[in-house]
Amino acid sequence: MSERHKVDARGAYCPGPLMELIATLRHCAIGDEVEMWSTDTGSATDIPAWVKKARHELVGVSQEGDHWAIIVRKAH
Amino acid sequence: MAKKILIVGGGLAGTIVANGLCRQLRDELGAGGVTITMLGAEPTHIYQPGLLYVPFGHMREAELLREQKSVLDRRVSFHVDPATRVDVDKKAVTTVSGQTHGYDFLVLATGSRIRPDMVPGMAEGAHWFYDLAGARKLRDALQQFQGGRVVINTNAPHKCPVAPLEITFMLRDHLAGRGLLDKSEIVYTYPIGRLHSLEPVANWAVPEFERCGIKSEVFFNTKSVDPQKKTITSEEDTTLEYDLLITIPPHSGQQVITDSGLGNGGWVPTERNTLLREGSSDVFVVGDTTNLPISKAGSTAHFEADTVIDNLVSLIKEDRWARHYDGKVFCFVETGMNSGTYVWFNYATPPNPGPPSQMVHWFKLAYNRLYWLSARGLL
Repeated sequence: MSERHKVDARGAYCPGPLMELIATLRHCAIGDEVEMWSTDTGSATDIPAWVKKARHELVGVSQEGDHWAIIVRKAH
Repeated sequence: MAKKILIVGGGLAGTIVANGLCRQLRDELGAGGVTITMLGAEPTHIYQPGLLYVPFGHMREAELLREQKSVLDRRVSFHVDPATRVDVDKKAVTTVSGQTHGYDFLVLATGSRIRPDMVPGMAEGAHWFYDLAGARKLRDALQQFQGGRVVINTNAPHKCPVAPLEITFMLRDHLAGRGLLDKSEIVYTYPIGRLHSLEPVANWAVPEFERCGIKSEVFFNTKSVDPQKKTITSEEDTTLEYDLLITIPPHSGQQVITDSGLGNGGWVPTERNTLLREGSSDVFVVGDTTNLPISKAGSTAHFEADTVIDNLVSLIKEDRWARHYDGKVFCFVETGMNSGTYVWFNYATPPNPGPPSQMVHWFKLAYNRLYWLSARGLL
């Protein structure tokens, strides 16, 4: 049964949303999703770029009030 | 009935909480209204940031170690008896020896641990300085190193986020001092698309890398190490050869957290302002143990511990909340063997590091000794 893990990285400067995503994926099962909240506007482009490079799956990117919500599925 | 405060973990965070509580609850402890118990894993307290200096011979092991009992206030009941199960419903913690401790307030300070075993080949093929055995081994390897390619490899998550850059600049100065720079190449790898997670630090590092001739490979998340071929390969399909591999291994939280169902990877879901475990009103989480998206660092543990002390004391004495944690982090950044800078930030203030100076480096060296006052809650 796949799970969705929520990570509230709003206001996170270090290690930052992408590092949080990488760290969270490490403990996820294949097929699990991570929903990352970030106030860093760079995340909306940085995270999809890395997800493509690392061959995971980008489920969605949307702006929700004060933050971006980026959903990634662990593919391998 | 005495209020029982139980602290699980005897590292920096747990120690500062214990000592701070003793100072502020002096009367209650004296009258028997409060007891403080700590469950630790080791009888020895180690100053972890000092491990960075051990491979270069700039700190002696004896400077890093003290008996935990000598660091702790004598009113703390300290047991070297690590927790094996935490039951927040029954308010009970079970230990390796089979003891069960109840509590009115629980402080989870179990910390993090390096996990080179999570990457195939890493434990056999890589060196690190994040524990004493690793720092000793790296010291020996550096003494024998006569030139070649050194790969400095960073994995997420890890504590002390500036350490990868610090070891890189210090290694460069070390090789220059031994006249080995012309025969050596340093390659720095990092998981995301720049040299450091802090953007201002990453921007500062780019010209410094150029000036020092340090090469880099970003978007590098380690998949495996081949100790026979002496290669390291990333999830992004980049393979690098090495003569000496220095890694910042991935970290996880402690097994007791996972075994108790308190959090994936050993990280406990924690409310970012109160530092209470999500869903609990009597369980505080402090230091590396939290799942908060902030640096896992000694200063984070220290500032969080100060907040937990104020709130626990206020709850016990006055039955009210004292204050919120604002996400404060402060880190020294060693930029070589003779210069350093620092960076601080919180949930609302972005970091803005100043230019490196010898003065900040000296202050860091002074802090390496002042640490023991921090642990005792005096600084």
